[in-house]
Amino acid sequence: MQVKEAAEPRTRPERRVRPSRVTAPRWHSRTAQGLAYAAPTALFVAVFFLLPLLLVGRMSLSDWPLLAGDRGLNAPENYADATDSTLFWPAVRFTLLYTVIVTVALLGLALLLALLVQESRPGAGFFRTVYFLPSALGLASASLLFWGLYSPTTGPLSRILEKLGLVDDPVSFLGTPTSALLSTVFLIVWKFAGFYMLILLVGLQRIPHEVFEAARMDGASRGQIFRSITLPLLRPSLALTLLLCVTGSLLAFDQFFILTKGGPDNSTVTVVQLIYREAFQRLDLGTAAALSIIVLGVLLLLNVLQFRGLRRADES
Amino acid sequence: MGSTVGPHGRVRRLVTGTVALLAAAGLVTACGSGDGGGGGGGSADADGVDDGATLTMWTRAATRPQSEALVKAYNDSHRNKIELTVVPTDDYQAKVGAAAGSKDLPDLFASDVVFVPNYTSSRLFADLTERIDALPFAEHLAQSHIKAGTYEDKKYVVPHTLDLSVLFYNKDLYRKAKLDPDKPPTSLSEWDRQARAVDALGGGVNGTFFGGNCGGCGVFTWWPSVWAAGEEVLNKEGTRATLASDTAKKVYDTYRGWVTDDIVAPGAREETGTTWTGVFPKGKVGVMPMPSTTLGLMPKDLDLGVAPIPGPDGGRSTFVGGDAIGISATSESADQAWNFLAWSLGDKAQVDVVAAHKDVVARTDLASNKYSKADPRLVTVNELVADGRTPYALKFGQTFNDPNGPWLSLMRDAVFGDGASVDKDNDAVSASLAD
Repeated sequence: MQVKEAAEPRTRPERRVRPSRVTAPRWHSRTAQGLAYAAPTALFVAVFFLLPLLLVGRMSLSDWPLLAGDRGLNAPENYADATDSTLFWPAVRFTLLYTVIVTVALLGLALLLALLVQESRPGAGFFRTVYFLPSALGLASASLLFWGLYSPTTGPLSRILEKLGLVDDPVSFLGTPTSALLSTVFLIVWKFAGFYMLILLVGLQRIPHEVFEAARMDGASRGQIFRSITLPLLRPSLALTLLLCVTGSLLAFDQFFILTKGGPDNSTVTVVQLIYREAFQRLDLGTAAALSIIVLGVLLLLNVLQFRGLRRADES
Repeated sequence: MGSTVGPHGRVRRLVTGTVALLAAAGLVTACGSGDGGGGGGGSADADGVDDGATLTMWTRAATRPQSEALVKAYNDSHRNKIELTVVPTDDYQAKVGAAAGSKDLPDLFASDVVFVPNYTSSRLFADLTERIDALPFAEHLAQSHIKAGTYEDKKYVVPHTLDLSVLFYNKDLYRKAKLDPDKPPTSLSEWDRQARAVDALGGGVNGTFFGGNCGGCGVFTWWPSVWAAGEEVLNKEGTRATLASDTAKKVYDTYRGWVTDDIVAPGAREETGTTWTGVFPKGKVGVMPMPSTTLGLMPKDLDLGVAPIPGPDGGRSTFVGGDAIGISATSESADQAWNFLAWSLGDKAQVDVVAAHKDVVARTDLASNKYSKADPRLVTVNELVADGRTPYALKFGQTFNDPNGPWLSLMRDAVFGDGASVDKDNDAVSASLAD
């Protein structure tokens, strides 16, 4: 026994050593395999994200006219120029205002739509499709479509309203700062409500039916059910839509570029439009890059804060 | 925006089969003129090389019909083939800028003549001085375009399409308003009176129209009224603006009066320039400034007259706009590209393609031709070239065309506001020019 016992530990290490010797190359090959799997993505990220990011960083520190190319470092002049522009702070304020309005309107409507088509009644599928349909359109195409509809010279909307007797004079959908903002918000809500509805609908359908049944048995009112069951259990989906909506709105460009070009009277200039203007109107890539870095920084910060807030909410 | 290749392009409305024949004749003429005027050119002969090369060319949508007609006629009569890409007007600067950055410019690119100084100073065009000077008709080329394309005494571009701002007035509406259809306005105050008379007709008819949210439109249609009074809007170097002068303010006051009294067709306040030329052809506007390039595109049944843009107390002027064209500095087919440019300025191309399409010819010695004789309106426009100007400024685009630039603020404050901030706005314009 003792011998056996003594012999066993002796042989065990041997066995252990031997297999480890055998598996060592296998372990290496597994690492290599993993690296090989990850390499294309890593390469992709490096070439299409990290390198451009480094280039933008370098650009933001250099005198870099679009037509002439790199003329050497001039830091921190571009950052000073970017924030000194008379349009910078108004653009920041406008972008934030737009983000708040769009987020509230969009998520409110999306939630309402999701609740409306939540249950599998006859016709629910039809309405789900109808609500989702505008999301299938590109934002630039949708903006062009609305630009045509809103146009006082060629568009039909104003004329229809006049014919119906709802207004006396042609409506100026994009002619005043307020109407331009609201007309753009309307386009965005029309375009994206269905998409956010879909995300919320998936969230709603993940809530077990029994929970609602039990609440109803206990005599909870519809309002109580919504507040105490639907909303808390929907939180992950709401968080996702909030994150997407805020980030998307802060980066707003296409819709304003096509509908208003920042007008009337520079009242709808967003921060990303400023980047475009620096690069392609003023032909100054350096300042455009500096603005991009600032926007990137703010977005990173906001996303971190939002994630943290959400995690805390999940834990509580 | 899609690209249209000349021979297969959408130019049906402009060019008929006859053009091909005429253009073929043009080839012969061009060669002949080269033989006569040769000797002064560079290494290649004055007409360049036609050896079957494929050339790329860009133009902006605003002057698309003119470019397409020329390219089609050239492709039909030459071994070289040009592939024309039409870029949306608003995106053109961005496209050229991006391509210049990555050295991807086409062999030939046209540009709104006001942006040319920016490109020549950035060395985007190849030096054409010797080639241009060797042309037998060099001195007759529209000098405002040649000047805009001259940088440090070297010539980089030739006129491609000339686009002049002129008054269009609707003779039918003039008759209805009991105005003499043969007496267009000769001063801003007469223009004001006539516009108001037409506007009084009512029933969806308006006195006038302008692009009120479009800096380029303001430059193109308002400045001639200041020039007509013999005044300048920019200093010679294009670094300082005098857009708050008494004359300029008189012009703004007239436009503001039209806005206040609702003489302007709906949409002027929002008009960003995309559709501003689409209002007059509907036949509901009395008198407004329009680009001469649209004359050939007006409906056949619209009885319209053409007149020079007047100043507050008379005079006449025009903005000699349109596109100039050059060979990009990075092109490897400069001799072939020059073959197109030299041909496009020759007698046949200018008369049988450009003038036939009711456009302004690029050469003053051809101002009177068989087509202009048939249409007195063309004579009015062609004669204006001598009275017109092409402003010069390196920072033109970012100051005057940028929808968020200082000039558009001036325009809107002056016409839709009370005009009190014009002096301050003019300082902002000067600051941008000197940036």
